[in-house]
Amino acid sequence: MTTPIVSRRDLLKSGAAVVVGFTFAGRGAAQMAVGSDATLGKPTGINDVDSFLAVHADGSVTVYTGKVDLGTGLRVAIRQMAAEELELPVERVNLVEGDTALTPDQGSTGGSTGLTQGGVQVRRAAATAREAFRKMTPADLAGGKHFNMKVDPNAPLKDPKTYKVVSQPVLRPEVPLKATGRNVYVQDFTMPGMMHGRVIHPPVIGAKLMSVDEASIRSIPDVRAVRIESFLAVVAKDEWAAIRAARELKATWSEGQALPGSTGLGGYVRNAAVDKDETVINRGNTASAMTGAAKTFAASYYWPNQSHASLGPSCAVADMREGGLTVWSSAQAPHNLRANMAKVFAVPLAKVRVVYMDGAGCYGGNGNDDVAADAVLLSRAVNAPVRVQWMRQDELGWDPKGPQQLIDLRAGLDAQGNIAAWEAEMWVPMNKPGSRPLLSIDAAGMAQDHGQGAGLMTQNADPPYAAGNVRVVAHHIKDTPLRPSNLRAPGKIANVFAVEAFTDELALAAGVDPVEYRLRGLKDPRAIEVIKRTADMFNWKPRPASAPRPVQGGMQIGYGFAYARYKQAENYVAMAMEVAVDRATGKVSVRRVACAHDCGLIVNPDALRNQVEGLIVQTLSRTLHEEVKFDRARVTSVDWNTYPILRFPDAPAIEVALINRPELPLYGAGEAAAVTVPGALANAIFDATGARVRTAPFTPERVKTAIVGD
Amino acid sequence: MATYKFQLNGRPATAESWDPAQPLLYVLRNELGQHGPKFGCGMGQCGACTVLIDGKATRSCLTTVRQAAGKNITTIEGLGTPEKPDTIQAAFIAEQASQCGYCTNGMVMTAKSLLTQNPKPTLEQVKQGMAGNLCRCGTHTRILRAVMRASGAAV
Repeated sequence: MTTPIVSRRDLLKSGAAVVVGFTFAGRGAAQMAVGSDATLGKPTGINDVDSFLAVHADGSVTVYTGKVDLGTGLRVAIRQMAAEELELPVERVNLVEGDTALTPDQGSTGGSTGLTQGGVQVRRAAATAREAFRKMTPADLAGGKHFNMKVDPNAPLKDPKTYKVVSQPVLRPEVPLKATGRNVYVQDFTMPGMMHGRVIHPPVIGAKLMSVDEASIRSIPDVRAVRIESFLAVVAKDEWAAIRAARELKATWSEGQALPGSTGLGGYVRNAAVDKDETVINRGNTASAMTGAAKTFAASYYWPNQSHASLGPSCAVADMREGGLTVWSSAQAPHNLRANMAKVFAVPLAKVRVVYMDGAGCYGGNGNDDVAADAVLLSRAVNAPVRVQWMRQDELGWDPKGPQQLIDLRAGLDAQGNIAAWEAEMWVPMNKPGSRPLLSIDAAGMAQDHGQGAGLMTQNADPPYAAGNVRVVAHHIKDTPLRPSNLRAPGKIANVFAVEAFTDELALAAGVDPVEYRLRGLKDPRAIEVIKRTADMFNWKPRPASAPRPVQGGMQIGYGFAYARYKQAENYVAMAMEVAVDRATGKVSVRRVACAHDCGLIVNPDALRNQVEGLIVQTLSRTLHEEVKFDRARVTSVDWNTYPILRFPDAPAIEVALINRPELPLYGAGEAAAVTVPGALANAIFDATGARVRTAPFTPERVKTAIVGD
Repeated sequence: MATYKFQLNGRPATAESWDPAQPLLYVLRNELGQHGPKFGCGMGQCGACTVLIDGKATRSCLTTVRQAAGKNITTIEGLGTPEKPDTIQAAFIAEQASQCGYCTNGMVMTAKSLLTQNPKPTLEQVKQGMAGNLCRCGTHTRILRAVMRASGAAV
């Protein structure tokens, strides 16, 4: 097809008339839409072309997606995928994200599915539309009709050899807005008559509210307390009045000790009651292979509870008036939030609308759903739109946490140093069906789901390398101290940490260089390529027998390597790291990181590079610094001093090589490069000092203890 | 209610507040329509609320409206626009130095103050100068490159 559809003006007028009236001023309408009309008449069914695309009279196109850009580059990448199939310049494609009244439900933006599901569905709809234009006549298009057709799963896609827009580093359109303070976040959203709410979380998890002294806030203007059972909040016209009132409101709560404390939590988890044991992988017979092995090894690894630690506390605006409900939210799954709000507040689904707006980065389920429920409760209570933003201690104290994870590994090597047997055992939170319970709904004594899930935590505990007999067992434990949720690359960071650190021990025992040892166990050319590219970039020096490095000025320099195939089915990632360890203090400085990354087709190489760099730095932060601390009553790591994250002086030099495979399927890239970080880091620390650190975070105290202990 | 006057982005501005201890952040965001400065922690630990007061990077969450009275306040909105960004903003755009972008206000304003005091910093000086600003998405390497680029250094 050589005629671009923009030239076919008569055809273009056929574009869905119902949406032509929206205006798009440099950002998606999702950020602009105001009002609670949930019956806009726009198709949103997952199989209809009209759900995904509208063509306007000026020849531009609006794409509708239920996936949202959490700072990841999806906003430009989905445009690129649509533009390519429609043969349009990317500037002619607008995007509306995550508005449940306008966009199809493409599932949560999680598990790196933004492009692999969201983008791929949009691409197929765009290809269907392009093919339809070829067959249409002006008579078919009179009167501003919809496409009125199903997405054709067999609509031919563009030949990757002819790509003009996909694989180009198109600049993200929101960055100029972000760099000049003009990007509108949900935190910035206001509407007429809007009130400000703040919630008062109890001093002890699960405490009951005994009494409230409203006189304690009488000196603060235009503020009232809202109490529903043990849900306590304040609402004011002025945000500062709400903040002061929340601080100063006197209330008494029941005492309690609901938690085991974070110290020694690994031991608690090991002995926790198990709901069920799941055999994730069982290949061959590990028991007999272990017996026949020349050498056997065992080690335990522990990953702590971690917070999403969003830089801006969660925020939402809710308007529950006149029998309808609209929520403005930056949650990762607007359609799921809509369904849950409809259920909890007993509003017909058709009258509930959730509108996605940008928020501070969330890396899974942070406090966004909870704060949305807070805002709805308060809007209902005061019959006005209410904006609620959590305070810092609410976010770090009360967001659902990436859960702790304990992993035992055992391996047997044959006489040649090959892996004859591999056994992994892990302790992870059990899954329960339904939505995660919302704090304020429980506190208010209202009915809701009490589901539990923290993502696909059991993947990647088997080695990616040749191994004769492999067994992976997951113990799904009944009780998890803090409410768990999916936190970026859930479970797989801890599993790959264990697998790659343990593989290093096996390589050492086999007397083989760690890179060479990994290559020996791999046949997949894509795996081999990322490892070789990384070793080349890093100027890796083979070392058959690792030993502590010389101490110079109190420092030891070491080098570590790790490899993974994400979910054992997606991205190929290899990583090398150079660290300097201060023997006296145990402080680890990461000097440089090299990473080769193969995610198949690359849609936007610069946005991808930004993700890979960010994953490396964020996961270094998680590995070196982050652990949610709690006592018997409450989370105690509630600010940036008690829950520190990585700062600029600790930012390493990063070199990334992206391997593009236009002819192959794309894999989502919002998580994969995280998983090799802790293994590469632990292996570098071992190479430097001879000490194995098997518990995260690798704090100076912990590293120093490992050095002294060895 | 008391009335407070200051210069905001080069123009006289007036705001009313019932509490002289109200942080400038809320006055800027809710009374004066300046949404660039963000609430991150309210304790001066993260830098998301940074503005310039008399040219110096200042945490607006810890500065009371009374302290700000009579001062010259610049917000990120006062530096440039998407169509006409200032040098630092242009460098952030060129390096695509944001992910979620919630910290970007503080990064740009701290960099502005830093480069005013030290127009040709070393990379190490920039790292130290930005140490009080937190980024959760891990965009550190790009932010550092953007600040170096804005200083005229080769990146």
